[in-house]
Amino acid sequence: MIARLRSRKFTKNFLYLPLVFMALFYLLPLYVMLLTGFKGFDEVSLKTMWDLPSTIRFENFVEAFEKLSPYLVNSFNMVLPAAVISSILGSINGYVLAKWKFKGSDIIFPLILFGMFIPYQSILIPLVEFMRRINLYGGLPGLVLAHVIYGLPITTLTFRNYYASIPNDLIEAARIDGTGLLGSYWHILLPLSIPSFVVVLIWQFTSAWNDFLFAVVLTSPSNWPVTVALNNMAGSQIIAWNVQMAGSFLAAVPTLLVYIFLGRYFLKGMMSGALKG
Amino acid sequence: MSTKNERILSIVLVSPSILALLIFVYGFIGWSGRVSLSQWKGLLPDYTWAGFKNYVDLFSDPRFHIDIRNTLIFTIVFVVGCLLLGLGLALMLDAGLKGEGLFRSIYLFPMAISFIVTGVVWRWLMNPAGGSRMSGLNLLFSNMGMDFLINPWHTTPKWGIAAIALAAIWQMSGYTMALYLSGLRAIPGELREAAQVDGATEWQLFRLITLPLLRPITLSAMIILGHISLKVFDLIISVAGKQLPLDVPAIYMWQTTFDGYFFGRGAAIGILLLLSVAVLIIPYLYNTLRTEAEL
Repeated sequence: MIARLRSRKFTKNFLYLPLVFMALFYLLPLYVMLLTGFKGFDEVSLKTMWDLPSTIRFENFVEAFEKLSPYLVNSFNMVLPAAVISSILGSINGYVLAKWKFKGSDIIFPLILFGMFIPYQSILIPLVEFMRRINLYGGLPGLVLAHVIYGLPITTLTFRNYYASIPNDLIEAARIDGTGLLGSYWHILLPLSIPSFVVVLIWQFTSAWNDFLFAVVLTSPSNWPVTVALNNMAGSQIIAWNVQMAGSFLAAVPTLLVYIFLGRYFLKGMMSGALKG
Repeated sequence: MSTKNERILSIVLVSPSILALLIFVYGFIGWSGRVSLSQWKGLLPDYTWAGFKNYVDLFSDPRFHIDIRNTLIFTIVFVVGCLLLGLGLALMLDAGLKGEGLFRSIYLFPMAISFIVTGVVWRWLMNPAGGSRMSGLNLLFSNMGMDFLINPWHTTPKWGIAAIALAAIWQMSGYTMALYLSGLRAIPGELREAAQVDGATEWQLFRLITLPLLRPITLSAMIILGHISLKVFDLIISVAGKQLPLDVPAIYMWQTTFDGYFFGRGAAIGILLLLSVAVLIIPYLYNTLRTEAEL
């Protein structure tokens, strides 16, 4: 028995080998981004890609930031309203669909959900035409509108699942005290759903920040978010690859910070995307 | 219980969102469908009826054949790779080792960054240049004496798309691991203990208890990953740009519509993509919601 336990402990420790190896695999691109970013302009050679920088220099990051900063600003200006508005609307929809079922709400819900899986190529031409006709084509407000509307399915789903888990007694009790539909939302469910708001806000922040398709189709060059600008920079022959690596890192920093500090909420958002909320 | 006014208010509250989705999802799909049946080719809209000509032309179009082949290769490599890697990592992490949380965070972090960033970095990692210009992973392999691993990555004739799937596996396998891990954690400990008392080996435990209980997770993961691979677009664009050997329907749609102004054909590709996703997703939604209603 003891021998068996000991051998099991040994096998267990042996697991660290593949685990560490895989950790290196996942960290490799990050390592390359940073290692390259910190090299000087004199060390741009691809042949020395894996060598450590001779001195820590910031010129790649400075140049990448100079090139990308207007687009980083665009991204922030677009992502913040998109995340906030779609979260608020999702919360209201989720509340009604969980606690105030109306005739047909069981048909409406799957119809809403399907919207989060559709390939956007199937709505892209009408979307562009529509934005042109309402004069939102090319600018950031149009992009915000697209992210808000196509974000509604996931935000509604997350909030609906959360509100459904809150006992109805709570609302019934408030009703006896004379609290109505809006009152129960405002005084009971909203305060309880702060964690869900964090989940949904960071999920929407991340997806809108990382989006490329809507951005490349709906915005004109001066309004590009950072994903489009970075892709353009990477396609250019004149920008050194060191600067591209530093730029990639800059474009990834906001969502990486969210992941590092709010990882638990990020994971929850990810899981509700698989309808397992 | 609820008053009539509240009934009305509840509907008023959700109707803007529902209306927006009905228009932007279903209305636009219908509109795309109409465009796909038109002759529209050029800057100005032209809804002249063309029947199914755009679809028929696509199926005899060599470029679309490349797209279908690439999508199939990408889907198989990506889904199988994510499932195997995700399951393997989840099983190892489930052993209850110290530092589990750290490993999990490392495996999952690629989910937080965009396909564009992933693509730009992997484009340099998968640099196909050989000889004295060798760099990226090939150079790393060569430095470590593993020259047999050196390969032309996404420039491999006919199979280059599999290299793109590798970058996609890097990005999404952590997510698959998280799905499996939540499944493993849901398996009651007594079940395994009972089997152990009966003298089952670790392998039997895995094959006869763990694996069957994970089947629903595998199915969900296949559907989620499968529908992502049908839509793959940004990753290919950022690794390789628009190149015919790495073409997929999403890129063809984008190029023919917005570079070539062939809206009729672009809409047809969009609708075909939608149909292929719907075949996967509708049964999945139906099942998930039905199980939920039974609970």
